Amino acid sequence: MYFQINDWFPVFLSLRVAFIALAAVTCFGLPVARLMARREFHGKDLLEAAITLPLVLPPSVIGYGLLMLIGKNSILGKTLTELGLTLIFTWWAAVLASTVVAFPLMYQSAKAAFKSVDINYEKAARTLGAGEIKIFFTITLPLAWPGIIAGLVLSFARGLGEFGATLMVAGNIPGQTQTVPMAIYFAVNAGDNVTARTLVAIITVFSFLVIFWVNRWAKRQNH
Amino acid sequence: MLEARFTKKLWHFTLDIRINLGTEILVLWGPSGAGKTTILHCLAGLSSPGGGLIKLGDTVLYSSEERINVNTRFRNVGYLFQDYALFPHLTVRQNVLYGVKCKRKKDHDLPGKNPLELLEPFGVSHLIDRYPTQLSGGEKQRVALARALAVQPQLLLLDEPFSALDRNIKENLRQEIKKLHRKWKIPFVLVTHDEEDAGFLGDKIISLEKGRSSDTPLQTISEAASGLTQSMP
Repeated sequence: MYFQINDWFPVFLSLRVAFIALAAVTCFGLPVARLMARREFHGKDLLEAAITLPLVLPPSVIGYGLLMLIGKNSILGKTLTELGLTLIFTWWAAVLASTVVAFPLMYQSAKAAFKSVDINYEKAARTLGAGEIKIFFTITLPLAWPGIIAGLVLSFARGLGEFGATLMVAGNIPGQTQTVPMAIYFAVNAGDNVTARTLVAIITVFSFLVIFWVNRWAKRQNH
Repeated sequence: MLEARFTKKLWHFTLDIRINLGTEILVLWGPSGAGKTTILHCLAGLSSPGGGLIKLGDTVLYSSEERINVNTRFRNVGYLFQDYALFPHLTVRQNVLYGVKCKRKKDHDLPGKNPLELLEPFGVSHLIDRYPTQLSGGEKQRVALARALAVQPQLLLLDEPFSALDRNIKENLRQEIKKLHRKWKIPFVLVTHDEEDAGFLGDKIISLEKGRSSDTPLQTISEAASGLTQSMP
């Protein structure tokens, strides 16, 4: 038994899922984090707890929650079916699961990073005539960058390794929804150690390289 | 030029201030916690007063009666922060041009500014490609002044401009600010807890204690200040 060309499918799928989830987490996470870092409003603590919840819930609980949300019998699931779309048991469901579990990591890192930016820089930019959006992109974001990089790495890693919730909403369909963690688990179950070992090696080397490169890059940015 | 009377509730007292200023330097003098910086924040629009009126030239910047509260970015008020707040990730050139670029978008007639020309009067044009961390305290202040004045404000606010500086640099910069004021002919509002600074720079002085203001006769403070200068070698 050798590692064959279509055994690479889970690797590419995992990367695709992790990158799309990362993009989604960044688009939603950064604005929410920016808002929560500086504003005070009623019910902020409740919202904060709700946002962080996926971090502490068991993945199977999140998976079950998502099943209820997008499953065939849910309101959203029915609406999607009428539109001719299915989310459940497709690789897009894996993207959704990865996004939900990675969101709190991005949110927490970005919020801490935004809070660490001295508020006087933003005030100074305002007195110089800059609008809030310009301030965000030219002052706050560049100064918060090291912390945001940390958030990006953490959420990418979390998305890449997502297993429990993904299994429940996307299943383990080889060639369709089978990501690397899924392929490793079922290969070991089936006694296919060659595939398991190869996938483990690929994912370990890849993750190591990403972390290594990001750390080096962040170090250079600080100088 | 600047007419302001407003109240602002702080947690332990209520600030009540009246300012009537031509093109002079007004010094707000008092101990820390007396609400000096809050007054500057209200003038710049960084926080809102509880009620009152702020008028700069013919423009109403804030009026509780007419429900006007002009956004900071449209107030045309220069602000020198206590720690200068130079953007650490931008060079001196980019710092000085930051406001000019924002303004040019709104006002297309505004000519393109040469950053060297903006820095020249402050004697820091040779630092144009440095980052703020590579500057001394005095250089930072000069760059911050150049940045604040690059947008041609109608009012300049200075928050404890000398508190982060050595004594000999501070005396030079005090002179420079006085010269700068003569050149620009706009009202300056300067906050300090130092009597000497107040006596040297203030055409008008308001002394603040727990939000209560009293127009201290200029004489008294200048005398106190000159007494101090003489007693210090």
